[in-house]
Amino acid sequence: MSTTTAVETTVAETRRETSRRTLVQAVRDAMAEAMRRDPSVLVMGEDVGPNGGVFRATEGLYEEFGPERVIDTPLAESGIVGTAIGMAMTGWRPVVEIQFMGFVYPAINQILAHAARMRNRTRGRFGVPMVIRMPYGGGIHAPEHHSESYEALFVHSPGIKVVVPSTPADAKGLLLEAIFDDDPVLFLEPKRIYRSSRDEVPEGSHRVPIGPARLARKGRDVTLIAWGAMVPQALAAAELLARDGVEAEVLDLRTLDPMDRGAIVESVGRTGRAVVVHEAPRQAGVGAEISALIMERCLLQLLAPVRRVTGFDTVMPLARMERLYLPHRDRIVAAVRETLEF
Amino acid sequence: MPVMTIHEAVTRRLEVLAPDGTVDEALMPQLDREQVETMHRWMLLGRTLDAKAITLQRQGRMGTWASLRGQEAVQVGAVAAMEDDDWLIPAFREHVAMIVRGVPGETLLAYWAGDERGSAFPPGTRVFPVPVPVGSQFPHAAGVGMSLRMRGEQAVAVAFIGDGSTSEGDFHEGMNFAGVFRANTVFIVQNNQWAISVPLSRQTASETLAQRAWGYGFPGIQVDGNDVFAVYAACRGAFERARTGGGPTLIEAVTYRMGDHTTADDASRYRDPEEVASWAQRDPLDRLRRFMEGRGWWDDTRQAAAETAAAEVVEEMVARMMAMEPQPPREIFGHMFARMPEYLEEQASELEREVER
Repeated sequence: MSTTTAVETTVAETRRETSRRTLVQAVRDAMAEAMRRDPSVLVMGEDVGPNGGVFRATEGLYEEFGPERVIDTPLAESGIVGTAIGMAMTGWRPVVEIQFMGFVYPAINQILAHAARMRNRTRGRFGVPMVIRMPYGGGIHAPEHHSESYEALFVHSPGIKVVVPSTPADAKGLLLEAIFDDDPVLFLEPKRIYRSSRDEVPEGSHRVPIGPARLARKGRDVTLIAWGAMVPQALAAAELLARDGVEAEVLDLRTLDPMDRGAIVESVGRTGRAVVVHEAPRQAGVGAEISALIMERCLLQLLAPVRRVTGFDTVMPLARMERLYLPHRDRIVAAVRETLEF
Repeated sequence: MPVMTIHEAVTRRLEVLAPDGTVDEALMPQLDREQVETMHRWMLLGRTLDAKAITLQRQGRMGTWASLRGQEAVQVGAVAAMEDDDWLIPAFREHVAMIVRGVPGETLLAYWAGDERGSAFPPGTRVFPVPVPVGSQFPHAAGVGMSLRMRGEQAVAVAFIGDGSTSEGDFHEGMNFAGVFRANTVFIVQNNQWAISVPLSRQTASETLAQRAWGYGFPGIQVDGNDVFAVYAACRGAFERARTGGGPTLIEAVTYRMGDHTTADDASRYRDPEEVASWAQRDPLDRLRRFMEGRGWWDDTRQAAAETAAAEVVEEMVARMMAMEPQPPREIFGHMFARMPEYLEEQASELEREVER
């Protein structure tokens, strides 16, 4: 059994120049840095050019790198991913943007039937070194199909890595790592926290490895496992619980595939309690995988059943009711209390 | 306000070689005897390989096989017009095209026998693996053509698709991207009239498939797909245009799937035998043979020798395919990622323990 511990990354460790950046700015910085370092890196998608992306994630890239490397494409998700596959197999490193995760369905055939399988299909002759970036998740009062969290579809499917940063520094470090990875990486950007905070982000080539979780808060009573926009909610819950003397550990998975199973097992093995938090629907969500893992490897250390605080198994409600759907601090606190009282 | 004509397009059909073996000398491409005999040799190789693969399948020594019989001229005419640096993006029936472009025959046969190594082409081979979800290769071909254009390579991406797949969204998206980005891509539709059991009339209300190109801002041309010279001539022109920055072309090659869709199909359930018989009269191999005979280049003796030679080549391919050692179980896991993640290491060990038991 693996007993790795989640990596604690602090800015101090890197001993580099830093600047205060939001998550979306950090995403932009990562692409700019990668494009400066490697002329084979391209950005493709809808509105990524002069407009700088609907969330401004590609702001300034067109001006710096020109239309040959920052490519506004026709409005067609399958075409964007499919052409990027052809380019990735002939020497480029495309970073493609799907404007919202709710629009990824037309591209799923290209992502899962080709990008994720090409290396295996050709016994390693062809890789698809491509990043598919997409804003995901709710909480910004957007129209239908703009708030979805489909990470489980991709975690379930073999051959593609799934990365979800929750901090600006991780967004930059993980995206740079994803761009220079030789395999396809789905890079999910929690748009709800695109601009909610600024952090010190190292300048230049800051890398965060794909795989290891981040220990966002230490604790001994219960482990909260979250990713993306649910990490701040879990931290807020931990803060509230601390007032009552409950010390919750918060594990930010950062990468859902390959998942840091060692970190989960180590933490839950120590605390004996686990609450998994995600926005996506509960049924067959990533939380179910985590719950099964804990049952398989931590059964004798468990003091209570694993709890899942998730979205409901419904269509994501529209703006007026989305707050009822999305997991939040108080729902997490209630789940932790039930776990403690079991 | 006046009503104005703002767009007019003419879609042409090219025929060079008649079923009786005569050619339109004005349209006949520049090909010497050796080149024509090479085309014939490749077409015969395709047909011989096809018959052998079907036999192997019936004997239980081959998985499903997609027959190319009747479509040899499209494939050979196209690859004969390609240059060394060009890329081939096949659909799933382009066996002889893939072999001519550098895929070893035993490798191709291994794919259809159910072995992943069948898509592990020799390094540097500019051929994409078979894409099973039909039509999904068109965006790839657009991407390869964009890639070549961006690097300033004087090369072309040559993509194949079937008539059924022209109904797929990716047919549209691939052609649209190629048009917008003026990709170095040429799209070839092998219109063999049937998508398994569904006829062309259920794929489109369009009079031709070639004319659909005009909607993407580049030309389309129809050729007699059983006429290797017409295919060659159309491809030569389209490839040259694409290589020199002139953008894509759609070539509709009208041909006929003489066999079943695959060895898992029985076309007699849905096709009129008279239709099949009428297409047999237009057989691409017979037609080329008549042309060579007319030129005084060919006779029964040479034909017999060519058939024997093709059979020998195919037997060697089959023997090498049969001699492949099985893959170790770990190979299921070995190529999912550039580096195997821990969870796959665990599952590989799990399988190995099970196999050892």
